[in-house]
Amino acid sequence: MMQGSPAYDAHVRFEHVRMGFGTRTVFEDLVCGFPRGQISVLLGGSGSGKSTLLRLLGGLIRPAAGKIFVGDDEVTGAPEPTLYQIRSKIGMLFQGGALLDSLTVFDNLALPLREHSDLSEDAITETIRAQLSAVGLEKIDHLLPGQLSGGMLRRAALARAILREPEILLCDEPFSGLDPSSVKRIEMLLAKVNQERGITVLVVSHHIASTLRLADHALLLLPGRSVEGKPADLHRSEDAEVADFFDEDLAIDDVTPTASETLGS
Amino acid sequence: MSASGVVREIGWRTLSVLAELGGMLVFTIAFLKAAVTPPLRGRRFVEEIYNQGFLSLIIVCISGLAVGMVLGLQGYNTLVRFGAEGSLGTVVGLGLIRELGPVLTALLVVGRAGSATAAEIASMVTSEQLDGLRMMSIDPIEIVVAPKALALIFVMPILTTLFVLFGLAGAYFIGVGLMGLDAGIFISGLKSSIRFSDDIGGCFFKALIFGFLAGLIATYRGYNAAPTAAGVSAATTSTVVVTSVAVLIGDYFVTALWGFRI
Repeated sequence: MMQGSPAYDAHVRFEHVRMGFGTRTVFEDLVCGFPRGQISVLLGGSGSGKSTLLRLLGGLIRPAAGKIFVGDDEVTGAPEPTLYQIRSKIGMLFQGGALLDSLTVFDNLALPLREHSDLSEDAITETIRAQLSAVGLEKIDHLLPGQLSGGMLRRAALARAILREPEILLCDEPFSGLDPSSVKRIEMLLAKVNQERGITVLVVSHHIASTLRLADHALLLLPGRSVEGKPADLHRSEDAEVADFFDEDLAIDDVTPTASETLGS
Repeated sequence: MSASGVVREIGWRTLSVLAELGGMLVFTIAFLKAAVTPPLRGRRFVEEIYNQGFLSLIIVCISGLAVGMVLGLQGYNTLVRFGAEGSLGTVVGLGLIRELGPVLTALLVVGRAGSATAAEIASMVTSEQLDGLRMMSIDPIEIVVAPKALALIFVMPILTTLFVLFGLAGAYFIGVGLMGLDAGIFISGLKSSIRFSDDIGGCFFKALIFGFLAGLIATYRGYNAAPTAAGVSAATTSTVVVTSVAVLIGDYFVTALWGFRI
């Protein structure tokens, strides 16, 4: 378990967080942070609490104990109106996209703008077209989410998540169920969002090779403890549990180059 | 089970019921606040009226007609034994307006629109759509729950009115058309026995109460569903069961209170 203040400028901090569901404890005393403006990846086996960590951060669930900070704002214990303010700084890409089934892609993206801005319908249309174009989607704004492929749905959801220009982007399993080319495409988009907008990105994924290509920082959740650091350092770790985790799931050749490097080249 | 186990079980169940009631009270307050606080979701409200009201029209009208025909047949055959078949309009009218119309319409609407509402909201929980709204700082109660619940409250008196009208038409068809009862006697019996404030007012009041119960229970069950396929199923089933029982029990109290008012 990481103890004390991290060496980096932490955009998000978890301080002695305890969390469980019924009799099952997920986090006993979680202490960790995520660096500002970088892509962090959350790794761990099934049930290790990766998605729970994102939901705690978004204030969708509350911990039994401990504190969670987004910048200087404390999420834990914040009343719903305060949470809404904090969430305005956070975009979230859900595993299934979480677009409203009954609305077209356009109306899904327009919803937060209509709710939280005074933009005219023309300006909203222009913004949405630009945003969809940025994620490589065009002429699909009249379709319902159910009419999109998995990759298109994920990109439309990403467009919605970054529409309000958040400071932090949370991605819950963005690569699951996608074909390799769609995975690469989402990878590139996340790297682009991070580089061009300086957004702090937290990615939960079982797709270890992909997330390590992408990440600047990694947090590995192990039973009863967590380990964090640079992905390459974790991969070379002499810690038996860490090594076992990577040995089982990672082909070394897939680790390099990072998507950021690919994008930069 | 030991004595302490029984006490623990009773205590646990009591706490569960209290937690459920508390949760429902908090949900009701949040719904009422969302219902009266701008912006009012006019477009969504109209869409829900279509989904819950318009799409229930056929089932309500056909059921009303069938119930009216049965009442006409049973009523005529019973009344004719006492030479009182001229009271058919009175019997059918009072039965439909005071009791059968609001209660049966509520049960039908719960079975069709209430269950669909609970299933839709529960599916939104399962697919994280409600969490998606929360993460965009949009209150799901305001944008999803309130329009659906309000629409159920709004459509219930309208559907009840249609049920009663079709029921009366069915009874008229049987009594006058098939059994040969005089149309004037049927209509005058109906007109002389039905009082606007007591019977029709009571019918509307019941329909509003049942609409409120159906809207609130369906949305609450869907909103608090477990995020699994079984959770969707449980929310749908419990909506139909709990609302049906609540309507039948509520019917007694509304009838009693409305009677005392008179």
